[in-house]
Amino acid sequence: MRFSSMKKLFVAALVTLGMAAHAADTIKVGVLHSLSGTMAISETTLKDTVLMLIDEQNKKGGVLGKKLEPVVVDPASNWPLFAEKMRGLLTKDKVDVTFGCWTSVSRKSVLPVVEELNGILFYPVQYEGEESSKNVFYTGAAPNQQAIPAVDYLMNEVGVKRWVLAGTDYVYPRTTNKILKAYLKAKGVKDEDIMVNYTPFGHSDWQSIVSKIKKFGSAGKKTAVVSTINGDANVPFYKELGNQGIKAEDIPVVAFSVGEEELSGLDTKPLVGHLAAWNYFQSAESDINKEFIAKWKAYKKDKKKVTNDPMEATYIGFSMWVKAVEKAGTTKPDAVQKAMIGISVPNLTGGTATMMPNHHLTKPVLIGEIQEDGQFETVWQTKGTVVGDAWSDYLEGSKDLISDWRAPLNCGAYNVKTHKCQGQNYK
Amino acid sequence: MRTAIKLLLLTLLFNIFLQAGNFESAIKDLTASSYSKKQKVIEQLSREYSDNKNLSTLLQAMLNGKLYYTKMDKKFVIVRKKEGGKLHTVELFNPESKSVNPKSLYKKVKTNNRLRSIIRTKLAELNLFSPDKKRRLKSVENMLEHLDKESGALINKALKSEKDSKVLAKLNEANLILKAKHGDEKEKLLAVKKMGAYLSPQTLQTLKEIESSTKDAKLKSAAKKSIGSIEDSKWFYSIIEKLFFGLSLGSILLLAAIGLAITFGVMKVINMAHGELMMIGAYTTYTLQQLLPNLMEYSVIIAIPLAFIVSGMVGIIIERLVIRHLYGRPLETLLATFGISLILQQLVRSIYSPLNQEVKTPEWMSGALEINSALSLTYNRLYIVLFAILVFAAVLLLLKKTSLGLKVRAVTQNREMAQAMGIKTGWIDAMTFGIGSGIAGVAGVALSQLTNVGPNLGQAYIVDSFMVVVFGGVGNLWGTLIGALTLGEINKFIEPVSGAVLAKVIILIFIILFIQKRPRGLFPQKGRDAQE
Repeated sequence: MRFSSMKKLFVAALVTLGMAAHAADTIKVGVLHSLSGTMAISETTLKDTVLMLIDEQNKKGGVLGKKLEPVVVDPASNWPLFAEKMRGLLTKDKVDVTFGCWTSVSRKSVLPVVEELNGILFYPVQYEGEESSKNVFYTGAAPNQQAIPAVDYLMNEVGVKRWVLAGTDYVYPRTTNKILKAYLKAKGVKDEDIMVNYTPFGHSDWQSIVSKIKKFGSAGKKTAVVSTINGDANVPFYKELGNQGIKAEDIPVVAFSVGEEELSGLDTKPLVGHLAAWNYFQSAESDINKEFIAKWKAYKKDKKKVTNDPMEATYIGFSMWVKAVEKAGTTKPDAVQKAMIGISVPNLTGGTATMMPNHHLTKPVLIGEIQEDGQFETVWQTKGTVVGDAWSDYLEGSKDLISDWRAPLNCGAYNVKTHKCQGQNYK
Repeated sequence: MRTAIKLLLLTLLFNIFLQAGNFESAIKDLTASSYSKKQKVIEQLSREYSDNKNLSTLLQAMLNGKLYYTKMDKKFVIVRKKEGGKLHTVELFNPESKSVNPKSLYKKVKTNNRLRSIIRTKLAELNLFSPDKKRRLKSVENMLEHLDKESGALINKALKSEKDSKVLAKLNEANLILKAKHGDEKEKLLAVKKMGAYLSPQTLQTLKEIESSTKDAKLKSAAKKSIGSIEDSKWFYSIIEKLFFGLSLGSILLLAAIGLAITFGVMKVINMAHGELMMIGAYTTYTLQQLLPNLMEYSVIIAIPLAFIVSGMVGIIIERLVIRHLYGRPLETLLATFGISLILQQLVRSIYSPLNQEVKTPEWMSGALEINSALSLTYNRLYIVLFAILVFAAVLLLLKKTSLGLKVRAVTQNREMAQAMGIKTGWIDAMTFGIGSGIAGVAGVALSQLTNVGPNLGQAYIVDSFMVVVFGGVGNLWGTLIGALTLGEINKFIEPVSGAVLAKVIILIFIILFIQKRPRGLFPQKGRDAQE
């Protein structure tokens, strides 16, 4: 009896020892995506994507001969909690890299923490720009990689003359629309041909707004709606468009927040023919994409699972990080940050993504029409890739700024007129 | 002689064959993936085969996304039905040849916006003489949107044979526009004068062009006059439209608030789970559609009594288990029902997933009733207005004309006296709460047609419903009706000016100020009972 409990103790000691040894041999990867609350719908997918990628990398033998170990935390769609969890990841768990955040406000909340503790964050969602941090790599689209090309497409290919900028009332649509309005005006569009409209989150009574759009669109000039409407408010919006007889051929709606994942739970009939601008569609025809989709479906054990743009951004970010760590030979933040710039990896649409000195990517821009099966049919795409611009060229104050994290500049917001570095955050 | 006839027949037959063969070979290229190639094919087809009956079938199928072809031998088929992984198809040129095959054997002829717009124009030209009235109307409306000089002959031809007044009006409008654009001086002036009676955007646009470009003073003043009269009637219709929007929003508020008017207004129970009872009604609709996929068209109607029963039962359970013990303690009731609302939300999340569920809209509820070019009312809103009125009438009848209603009123006015008269007050409490909850469920059915069905559905409406009941006057059903409609109208008249976000703020401030002035709402309860 006594002997056996001794044995137990011994085994326990051994196990602890083994774990300690094991822990030293792994590289910790933080995953900071909401698994509960309003954003859980979108962010859970990205958590699973990171876990799948880690799994796969470990099968290949890990990185630098070490296995990757995911540390998953749940910030619960609570913005201040994001910062707390990030601090925990960096100080307690001592992660070497973090993949996380979706909304801009969660990123802004995490930003001071990553900068203070010199961590590395990969942010995989399209956002409003006007930011460049030494510690953040933006693998989603900046406005000039999504909004501006979409407007160009409508202007040049469809011949749109009148513009409705409709959005949900928060920072991403407000900033994007500000940039778009400045851009349209620079292209000679008059004030009376632009209509801006904001609605609250989860707006459901669209009748008077749609009726207003209809009237705005019946002035004889081709009209389009540029939509930064977020989340589930889109469903009643498109329904109302259909009910009031507005067809995609008459007034097309190009959306920046409607992807395959959002469409998978919808009655797509009223949406067919409307447009979306992204840097990736599941329907992209490339071998690497087919392989990725197959792997994803197998990982989720669900044949109906779809892939989307932020997943591709996560994929690109992860492969870049692996490559940078291998290039630097270490996971030390400063070395990896330096190695990241200039790294190129294949993207899922058949091209390559390169990390630029401003911590943004080169991306192709695709415009797709929504199909009945909830997929997109690419109708237009940029010839090559577009370099992400941290500071918009169309906004007063931000057009003189550039970002370059290489020596000797090493600055997130460098004013080319005054030759001063304004720090990482302008304003 | 006989050989000659034979020969003739043979050539005839051959000709027919040849023609069919040509048509079939002409459409072969529709299997191409390039949209510009498909566009060329369609343009060629409508040039050369406009008499071929198959063309309209082909284009219609393509427009609806029903045109597929077999991967093996590139034969075109039209899909009638999709079932599981199988497609029910008929051959394009042979409607009798039905077959059912796995989906993977077929490929869809895809279309994009530009292609669909071209097909629609071509179809319009083909359908102008269709025996179907609706098709002709659609076709003229489409032509109106893409008028060019060449359409003139077609329209004149159609004008001679057309009998239907609606189609005729549209044709006349198109004719006038063409005359105003391309006619001689006299025709132009006459057309411009007449155009003031039409409302379509194309007419207005043509007039504006003429007004700004012409040098003829007479024509200019005529155009100006016509524009004025069009804008006047447009303004009139836009007011009617706003009234309807307000009415429709008001009726939704009414539906959401009637149940609360009973539980809060009559029973004085602050039920924070009211929104979740609506959510249960919406989920009942969803579940019904999942269980009976073949009855999609009637699912909404079947869901109404079902949702009433389901939500009503849930309400009775809540009353018996929790609220019964808390009568007369409003703060505790508020907290307890708030807890219940969270439990119900989580329950739905666990059973159905946190994602929104897709509730289908039946065919008869989509689309709009077009009164004229300036005014069209969407069917789903129309039905909901009617439905709200019906529900309101039913509740009023129930409370005023039935013995149950009499007992409910008796119990809420003086519990002890009612008890002394032999009324089982406990049972009446449960029934009243059940009815209020059931009506919330019915409101949920209506909401499922307008908004997203998800766990948060109830929260979006709970504040609005309390607002309506407080504004209208607690305990007064008529107050609820007037309150809901007033708030709806105010909202819709402010919204175009202030935007949706500010409109909500303004309404809230308005109600706060109003309550300061009249703390008991629009129609306060009178009598001894009201003093409590």
